[in-house]
Amino acid sequence: MNQVPALIRVFAYLSLLTVGGGMAAFPEMKILTVDVHKWLDFHQLIHLYSVGQLAPGPNMMMIVSIGDWAGGILGAIVVLIAFFGPTALLALIVGRLWTQLEKWPWRQSIQKGLAPVSIGLLLAGTLSMARGAVTGWTTGGIALGVLLTMMWRKVNPALLVIGGAIVGGIVFLPR
Amino acid sequence: MSDATLNSPLDEAALVRAAREKASVLDIFLAFLTIGATSFGGVVPYLRDGLVTKRHWVDDKEFVEILSISQSLPGLNATNVAVLLGDRLRGWLGAVVAVLGMCLPGAAIMLFVGIMYRTHGDHAITTAMLKGVAAAAAGLLLSTVIQLGKKSLTHHYDLIFVLVTVLAVNRWHQSVPRTLIVVGLMAILWYHPRKAAKEGTSQ
Repeated sequence: MNQVPALIRVFAYLSLLTVGGGMAAFPEMKILTVDVHKWLDFHQLIHLYSVGQLAPGPNMMMIVSIGDWAGGILGAIVVLIAFFGPTALLALIVGRLWTQLEKWPWRQSIQKGLAPVSIGLLLAGTLSMARGAVTGWTTGGIALGVLLTMMWRKVNPALLVIGGAIVGGIVFLPR
Repeated sequence: MSDATLNSPLDEAALVRAAREKASVLDIFLAFLTIGATSFGGVVPYLRDGLVTKRHWVDDKEFVEILSISQSLPGLNATNVAVLLGDRLRGWLGAVVAVLGMCLPGAAIMLFVGIMYRTHGDHAITTAMLKGVAAAAAGLLLSTVIQLGKKSLTHHYDLIFVLVTVLAVNRWHQSVPRTLIVVGLMAILWYHPRKAAKEGTSQ
């Protein structure tokens, strides 16, 4: 069955929800890719997102893996265009209008008002991801350890993700 | 290195102007391709290093402005910065090659990782490691949200909007767009121009 039209629809839609960061779209992404279209299961989505933190570049690149699973290499390409095209076009237009908008009194209201809402959306996405990732004491400990390390020191996050992989490999490998 | 020699803002403005004149479409593509291929663990420091410090295409003030526009628009920071700066340097073509350069390395890597995961993802050792990776990613995300929140939330009552948004999505199972429109509109009206202007002067 050809999944390409559905991939374009879903990822173009998700693209517009990434206000404040990619994670804002996560709850909706879970519903559409896992529950509705069944391109992958919830754990695979969490795994792909998490491994994606080790790749350079924008941090939602695991969308390419989903595109490939659902529609092969063509699926991967259309997902990339659908996910980055609409917001890139919007950024281009708003970027050009920005200086003219400087005098528009509502600009500051929009910026100030959207700040807490986008933080809320990011937090909501993070919590729904964490619900699948933190399932017991060990995973909770890893997450808390990473959180505290990030709050206290400047560490490259990729190293912490590798640390998580090592701890996971040692603790969860069945003997 | 060259930063130390820049004492007056006038020098820097001239430097940025000269660097921008010389930036070709290929230069833009290669600059963002390099950032896209090396920015392990978050793009913003790499963007600043590549665009401000190394290439002088923007000064710090304009970089922060571009970042703040990127933050308030939908889309990822990395690609929004690429569009905005690419466009300022060489118009829409500059924006297109900047986004392409930014995305291609990570996309190629994740295509490969996705294929490997599908074929080898159910080995005992991969499953065990992925559990740890996912937990670490969750902690990482939470730290990003907290750091962003510290920077962009200015008032205690902002926390109410944060809380209502989280509850709407996670507890009352409202869709993200509906939450964004309803709570977003409430927050924008709360910060209506007269109030925002009053606070703007005191900041």
